[in-house]
Amino acid sequence: MNGRGGRTIRVDTLARVEGEGAIYIKMAGDRVADVKLKIFEPPRLFEAFLRGRHCTEAPDITARICGICPVAYQMSAAHAIERALGIHIDPAVRLLRRLLYCGEWIESHALHIYMLHAPDFLAYEDAIAMAREQRPIVEKALRLKKIGNRIVQLLGGREIHPLSAAVGGFYKTPTKQSLLELRTDLEWALEASLETVRWTAALQFPNFEQDYEFVALRHPDEYALNEGRLVSNRGLDIDVAEYEDHFLELQVKHSNALHSVVRGRSSYLVGPLARFNLNFERLPDVARKAALEAGLRPPVKNLFRSIVVRAVEMVFACNEALRVMREYEPPTAPRVAASNRTGVGQAITEAPRGILYHRYALDEKGLILAAKIVPPTSQNLKRIEDDLREYAAQVAAWPIEEATWKCEQAVRCYDPCISCATHFLKLVVQPDEASRG
Amino acid sequence: MSSKSKGKPKIAVFKFASCDGCQLSLLDAEDELLAVADAIEIAYFPEATRAMGKGPYDIGLVEGSITTYQDAQRIQEVRRECKTLVTIGACATAGGIQALRNWRDVDEFVRLVYPTPQSISTLKLSTPIAEHVPVDFELRGCPINKSHLIELIAATLAGRKPGIPSYSVCVECKRRANVCIAVARGVACLGPATQAGCGALCPSYDRGCYGCYGPMETANTASLRNQLHVLGQTDDQIVRSLRGFNAWAWQFRKASEESEHP
Repeated sequence: MNGRGGRTIRVDTLARVEGEGAIYIKMAGDRVADVKLKIFEPPRLFEAFLRGRHCTEAPDITARICGICPVAYQMSAAHAIERALGIHIDPAVRLLRRLLYCGEWIESHALHIYMLHAPDFLAYEDAIAMAREQRPIVEKALRLKKIGNRIVQLLGGREIHPLSAAVGGFYKTPTKQSLLELRTDLEWALEASLETVRWTAALQFPNFEQDYEFVALRHPDEYALNEGRLVSNRGLDIDVAEYEDHFLELQVKHSNALHSVVRGRSSYLVGPLARFNLNFERLPDVARKAALEAGLRPPVKNLFRSIVVRAVEMVFACNEALRVMREYEPPTAPRVAASNRTGVGQAITEAPRGILYHRYALDEKGLILAAKIVPPTSQNLKRIEDDLREYAAQVAAWPIEEATWKCEQAVRCYDPCISCATHFLKLVVQPDEASRG
Repeated sequence: MSSKSKGKPKIAVFKFASCDGCQLSLLDAEDELLAVADAIEIAYFPEATRAMGKGPYDIGLVEGSITTYQDAQRIQEVRRECKTLVTIGACATAGGIQALRNWRDVDEFVRLVYPTPQSISTLKLSTPIAEHVPVDFELRGCPINKSHLIELIAATLAGRKPGIPSYSVCVECKRRANVCIAVARGVACLGPATQAGCGALCPSYDRGCYGCYGPMETANTASLRNQLHVLGQTDDQIVRSLRGFNAWAWQFRKASEESEHP
């Protein structure tokens, strides 16, 4: 590209994502010389201060890693500790956890589809600007989000950092009647989600297909949320306890973040696209049918279509919530009591953004000796940079403002949660004179 | 957010070390969000908009604690840009859960989390915003209560004091007609010393309050520690209870140190 040597695409504050990050893409002609997804979130050191805390505190403490997906942290923490303590939960508790997770998926996906991502496709700076011209759509989005939040509120007391999920079950379980009161809302939400599939499917998508390794949980007969084996489209099929044998976190010179890779291979993708492609046949009929009508057939390899896949997952979550509502009968006790004992437990659950790994080692008093947490966004980071490298080359000839917006949009396809990732990322701050505080 | 909003009061949202939950509360105010956006200009709110409106701002909402040298500098600039500066949540108001480093050797903490710790730039303490700049109002909670946030915005625009309670969680339990779980069932509960705001959620869900809203102004922590002892709590357990999301708030800090060295 004549006259375009040395251009830089630069987004100093990446907007409409959770947390604080920046993009730098250096072009040499139409070749991409360097890509950096910079993270300037300060580290909060969760894995360190979890040491010495009692294991029953882990769901409450780790929820504070992320205000958007606290349920995911509570679920992975509770399951990992239950594994360490040898606890088996009541089937009714299992159902309620699925419902709680569905609430978070609906709330998080509605937020991302309509408020964070759709404005990119429609050239609005944000959902408020969108509301000025398309108010009914934003109102529908807010109602969908509110219904997701209502589920989390009912089971957990509040939508952000809910407080009822516990090791062994819940502090308090709802009555059948209180669940039935969700019915009208959920039936509306299911219809609204189906409309969302059609609405997102009609957006314009760039032609951008990549050869991804998709990684997700797989359950024998359900669309996996809280348990299953960890599988990929390249032959991975392991128990979640083997996660650290198969995945590595590497420091890469060109990047300031720790990058997750599959051992012996490279980057991989977690989240809606991976789940959809690996578990399509486990979706309920209503979600599968909506996907096929929207032109989605696994494997979907176009990252930008993840907005439609999120909508399909909302259909699943509403449908599943209705199923739980119908089938639920309260357990005999809200939670299984646990005795302290030494042990190690791992768990992976499907956060809205993809798999979330927790491991805890406990002493005989139930105190945490060591904790390891790998959130979905830090697993996607290398893949995001790989995508940006390909995509920036495609848009290199465009005017800089447009190319920049397009690259931002590509990153937002991942719904990145930078606050989550940072607590575990290697954060390399240039050691200047000023920073020796 | 981006707008034709000449003359409307401008609001900005800033993030420091935090989980984003408190600023998300604004987007979670589903029933009020569009009305709020009609009344004010959301000028700077990166989580929600790519429009980055310049200051000065009428109201600055600050989430998160100060943990790096760069952030200690940035909060000074933020203060200069904001006519009214409000901290939202336990991180900004009390240092947050990340203030647990304040009792430990932060270098050891960094070594535990990062393989090449020399590249990490972090301060020894996680501190609340008010230790760095004057703060006009503090909204408590981990997370904040979104109705408090709407009340705060409305009150600030009207030039009146926000109506936000400063009594203890016990009062909220009484209002909800909850049977006291500490007295009736012997469950350890921080409610008597914790500021109201959540609506006594934990006792309503059959568990003891764990102090999300931090110590009330006149918290009687000596009596609380005594009561927790009577309920069979060890000093170690009491230290852990007090060292949660508001561990560095002075009343909880002092009480936890007294329990650590009884």
